[in-house]
Amino acid sequence: MAKLTIADLKKIKEEYHANQALREGGFRVKITVHMGTCGIAAGARTIMNTVMEELAKSDKKDIAITTSGCAGLCSQEPMATIELAGEPPVKYIALTEEKMRRIFTEHVMSGKPVKEFALVQGHETTY
Amino acid sequence: METTYRSNIMICAGTGCVANGSLKVKDALETELIKRNLQKEVKIVLTGCNGFCAKGPVMVVYPEDIFYQLVKPEDVPHLVEEHFIKGRPVQKFLYTPPAQKDAIPVMNEIPFFKHQVLRALRNRSLIDAEKIEEYIARDGYMAAAKALTEMTPEQIVSEMKKSGLRGRGGAGFLTGLKWELCARVPGDIKYILCNGDEGDPGAFMDRSVMEADPHSVLEGMIIAAKAINAHYGYIYVRAEYPLAVHRLQLAIEQAKDRGLLGKDILGTGFDLDIEIYQGAGAFVCGEETALMASIEGKRGMPRAKPPFPAVKGLWMRPSVLNNVETFANVPPVILHGADWFASLGTEKSKGTKVFALSGALNNIGLVEVPMGIPLKTIIYDIGGGVKNNRKFKAVQMGGPSGGCIPASLIDTPVDYENINKTGAIMGSGGMVVMDETTCMPAMAKFFLEFTEDESCGKCVPCRVGNKTLLTILQRITSGEGREGDIELLLNLSQQIKDTSLCGLGQTSPNPVLTTIKYFRDEYEAHIKEHRCPARVCTPLVKFVVDKDKCKKCGQCFRACPTGALKWEKGQVAYIDPEKCTKCKSCIKACRFWSID
Repeated sequence: MAKLTIADLKKIKEEYHANQALREGGFRVKITVHMGTCGIAAGARTIMNTVMEELAKSDKKDIAITTSGCAGLCSQEPMATIELAGEPPVKYIALTEEKMRRIFTEHVMSGKPVKEFALVQGHETTY
Repeated sequence: METTYRSNIMICAGTGCVANGSLKVKDALETELIKRNLQKEVKIVLTGCNGFCAKGPVMVVYPEDIFYQLVKPEDVPHLVEEHFIKGRPVQKFLYTPPAQKDAIPVMNEIPFFKHQVLRALRNRSLIDAEKIEEYIARDGYMAAAKALTEMTPEQIVSEMKKSGLRGRGGAGFLTGLKWELCARVPGDIKYILCNGDEGDPGAFMDRSVMEADPHSVLEGMIIAAKAINAHYGYIYVRAEYPLAVHRLQLAIEQAKDRGLLGKDILGTGFDLDIEIYQGAGAFVCGEETALMASIEGKRGMPRAKPPFPAVKGLWMRPSVLNNVETFANVPPVILHGADWFASLGTEKSKGTKVFALSGALNNIGLVEVPMGIPLKTIIYDIGGGVKNNRKFKAVQMGGPSGGCIPASLIDTPVDYENINKTGAIMGSGGMVVMDETTCMPAMAKFFLEFTEDESCGKCVPCRVGNKTLLTILQRITSGEGREGDIELLLNLSQQIKDTSLCGLGQTSPNPVLTTIKYFRDEYEAHIKEHRCPARVCTPLVKFVVDKDKCKKCGQCFRACPTGALKWEKGQVAYIDPEKCTKCKSCIKACRFWSID
């Protein structure tokens, strides 16, 4: 194996930072995909896969993805909640893969909520 | 490029949790994640000791920071479905503090973890102990890089001295000063040595560091080697720590492969080779000169000092020997500076200390706390108080070399000076908590049995003196104590302390001295009244029920395995001496101390 230099140490740190950030906390964004029975039946798994793909593509280290149970509005599933640090969470309803991708690009990456897909802003906080 | 996951499961793979089956839980998790097609979303990581050993197997799930305890392989499908698919913490495996109703899901809100400050254990539950990249991702080897490229040996020594870091092995000698003494001695061959011969009963601090974060020890050694200009090092570990030996060996190989050990480290031109030397588990080999003799292939026995190891150590070459936890503390001192390190602690004891909590506590495990924290906080807030609602009696600190601190001194701040004042020592960090069912003379006898056994036999005070102390304690606890025995114990103890060659003999009477100091009445009860107040010493227990104290509850009756106990509802119990085998089951069952 190649001998490391100090620059290599920094490179390794960068490479492995994603999982470390996950463990150390301090995220900018938290994405919650609601995966109660209703959510799963309505296609929450596809939404989760989409989020994971987008995250890998984005190469961002400050985004946490988690799941939660039924949000209580079963007729509007699949749902997801996006929380930007310091801002009220936004709940999105009746998601599809395309909608989720747009939310990821506009809301998660650029900080602009996609109003037409949103149910509500504010209310409950999950952490 | 490392794959991105949405969740990491950190499963504790320290010795305690492995013994409790954590590796089987890991296998079950792997299978279940594949079954649910979650293997690309959820990563499983084996970590070193999490610290909360009493609740093993334990795991922490990120990013939610949820702490799961006592997980069994058969529980895994339920856990995966609930947590990773439905996204809710599984109540069943959450920790609930003793005497409370509500479980606490988040790890850092659990009192056991909340009061801790992690420095030596900074990577606890955060990295895979067997992957060097994960250590590097947490600033690993950056301190070594800084020391090798930006600092002179003098600067390293001065930073260490300024930080106030003292040896974590027990004696508390200033680490920077130790390095300075050795650095000043001329010589082209010097050695850097790491003491991992942790031998105190009930202590497992160093083992945990070596298992959980072996690279932090190596990095500390690289920095020390630069400071004293050593190019060869040994880590002395007892062979009874196979997991520690395995992880250290792996760490050394990884570091060598990556050019972090061996020739021309990080391209700086500095060379250091480190080798593991496995000891056979003799307690005396934790003493520095005995340890060096052992590495040299001789019988592990101490020698007179001076010459001190800094001048003539291993193979008569200048050497520095530091404890595992001391080395683990070094990289952050270099990286963040002496002032950062000294910002925690008391006037003369800086930083943090790792303690192994054991004995009659609810939360047994490994903890790291700032110096100066009251003993009470460790025992009640972190340790969760004494088990089975019993009363706290005393805590033995520093193992067989240390002493006991009684309940009356529970507000003592935990640092070198204040612990020494009580007659105990900080030691390497063992804390054995005792409740009212512990007999203090019997406890002193237990430790003396240990030191008598472990004495190397080189010098008379230790070899014969400890044997004599033990003989006296044996007769006291068997009901044959004589008038004047207490004075004899005190006198002899002082002589052993004053005249023994090494630390073993100089400290072995401490358990005797402190138990007499704080629990003299118990010794007197044994000798004068032929009575063991804690009902531990069988020859002194009469096995008679006290009619006035008996609450007629029948607990003793249910516990008796031989039918010697007679009891009927509403009646005082009676013990038939013909059938009684003196097994003490009734005494353990009685909550009212009504059996004498």
